[in-house]
Amino acid sequence: MIHTENLTRIFQRKGEPPLTAVENLSIDVRRGEVFGFLGPNGAGKTTTIRMLACLIRPTSGEALVNGYRVGEDNDAIRRSVGILTETPGMYDNLSAAYNLSIFARLYGVDDADAQVEKYLRMLGLWERRHDEVGEFSKGMRQKLALARALIHEPEILFLDEPTAGLDPEAARLVRAFISDLRGQGRTIFLCTHNLDEADRLCDRIAVFKTRLLVVDTPTNLRRKLFGRQVVFHLRALSPGLVDRVMGLPFVHHAESIDNKLLVRLADPETHNPDIIRALVEAGADIQFVGELRYSLEDVYLQLVNTPSTT
Amino acid sequence: MPSPIAVKTIIRKEWAELYKNTLVLGTVVFLPLFLAALPLLILWASGDIMGGTAEAVGSELPPQMGDLCRGLSSGECGQLLIVSQFTLFFMMIPLFIPATIAPYSIVGEKTQRSLEPLLATPISTVELLLGKNLAAVIPAVLATWFAYAFFAIGARLLVASPQVFSRLFGPDDLLQVLVIGPLLAVFSVDLAIMISSRSNDARVAQQISSLVVLPIVFLFIGQLAGILVFNTLLTYILLLAAFFIDIILTYLSVHVFDRETILTRWS
Ligand SMILES: Nc1ncnc2c1ncn2[C@@H]1O[C@H](COP(=O)(O)OP(=O)(O)O)[C@@H](O)[C@H]1O
Ligand SMILES: [Mg+2]
Repeated sequence: MIHTENLTRIFQRKGEPPLTAVENLSIDVRRGEVFGFLGPNGAGKTTTIRMLACLIRPTSGEALVNGYRVGEDNDAIRRSVGILTETPGMYDNLSAAYNLSIFARLYGVDDADAQVEKYLRMLGLWERRHDEVGEFSKGMRQKLALARALIHEPEILFLDEPTAGLDPEAARLVRAFISDLRGQGRTIFLCTHNLDEADRLCDRIAVFKTRLLVVDTPTNLRRKLFGRQVVFHLRALSPGLVDRVMGLPFVHHAESIDNKLLVRLADPETHNPDIIRALVEAGADIQFVGELRYSLEDVYLQLVNTPSTT
Repeated sequence: MPSPIAVKTIIRKEWAELYKNTLVLGTVVFLPLFLAALPLLILWASGDIMGGTAEAVGSELPPQMGDLCRGLSSGECGQLLIVSQFTLFFMMIPLFIPATIAPYSIVGEKTQRSLEPLLATPISTVELLLGKNLAAVIPAVLATWFAYAFFAIGARLLVASPQVFSRLFGPDDLLQVLVIGPLLAVFSVDLAIMISSRSNDARVAQQISSLVVLPIVFLFIGQLAGILVFNTLLTYILLLAAFFIDIILTYLSVHVFDRETILTRWS
């Protein structure tokens, strides 16, 4: 549904060196999936969305969106994508319904009024349709912005930090709405720096900071990156021990630091006894056993702060 | 080809916003009325004064002005000379109104951060620029013509004689108001859009853009001071100048403002 190859954007800046915001991004987003694009502020998420929605030009590389090539079929792409921009401005002096109808007309929606009504009702804004948007709360504005992004029934929806700056209640409502959209066949490209949000909403997550660091399902990511780690303090570490532990079927990864053995595995409660047995059989003297706890945040931060991680 | 639906949608949106902006709306409505009423007031006041004292008026005239009055009584001539100066007002209106409307339309997109969603739609930049242009040019031209019609009706009732009336609304005057006026409105809106692109404050952009009326003000003063006469030649020079400047500015704005430039400059 979205396919990019070495997509790159370099910003030329006056009096400063050029800034590479997105470098050699190659991803494949499948039809109907919620694809999380996770990265810290300034990672280049908005820049990526803008390139894919044909708002700014890539410096190099290619992108196909809904089968259309960015730079060639921009008009067709614009018709098939909806975008919730990072700061979704509305015409504050105009009513909610009028705001939507402008966009319905610009997208050439057949029955604009019916479509406007459908989304105003769906998002619980129908009663307020005649009110000026300037009077709306942040949460209501965000819902209206979502309605605007969906008004032409796009096959692909880009959401740029949909819950940033919302109070928890409004954020929860918006997340619930996105969750409802899931499984309606729409492809959703969700930019966020909120791990929890990505975890809960996305089928797959790309961790991104200027370059693509990793992409996988949340479960696999957790297993690979956020997996639990147990540390075995040994009196001495004999050669071959690491390999022996690595050979156990439930161990994802093992490594040694000094005379500590770090083992990553999914279910320590079940398998620690097996590891201990194996270590004792190999003649190791175990002094302490403990779990190294990383929060999701820690692992993610470690990932985005080490450029070499892939 | 620009799609009429897209252009119309932009124009209607701009007008809906304009309608909510009392300051700008007030300018669009009252400035033309004021500028039309002023010469009428002078006409009305001059009705009594211009009785007969002939030579007093005629002798001070520069020779070019004398030509205008051929065949008129001195009273008629005086009235014609005074009031015909004010046709220039009807070229100030189409300059001033777009300079009032356009800055709000551009800076408004910036401060409301509404541009990116707009540019994400299939609208072309030409359609967007055309919509914003027309949204300012149409009210300017209509207000000018309306004010001019108001002035014409009032003048018909107040002038000393039909001869004065027909000379007051000669071919030059009609050319100025009906053709040069709209051309000036396009010039003004193009300029205002360029100025507003570089500003984040609608009022400041508006003030700078309004300086566009200065040349006409200078012409007006020059004419009052007797330094120049706004004759047929000058009318045609202005017509050609406005026409070519419009073409150049329109060409420039279509080529300068691609999507990405609009997104970064206007937001
Ligand atoms: N128009 C621009 N000109 C120059 N630099 C820009 C421009 N837009 C974004 N950048 C820079 O590109 C980098 C990525 O920005 P952005 O895509 O907004 O990141 P994110 O959305 O992940 O926070 C940032 O360093 C930002 O300052
Ligand atoms: Mg961003």
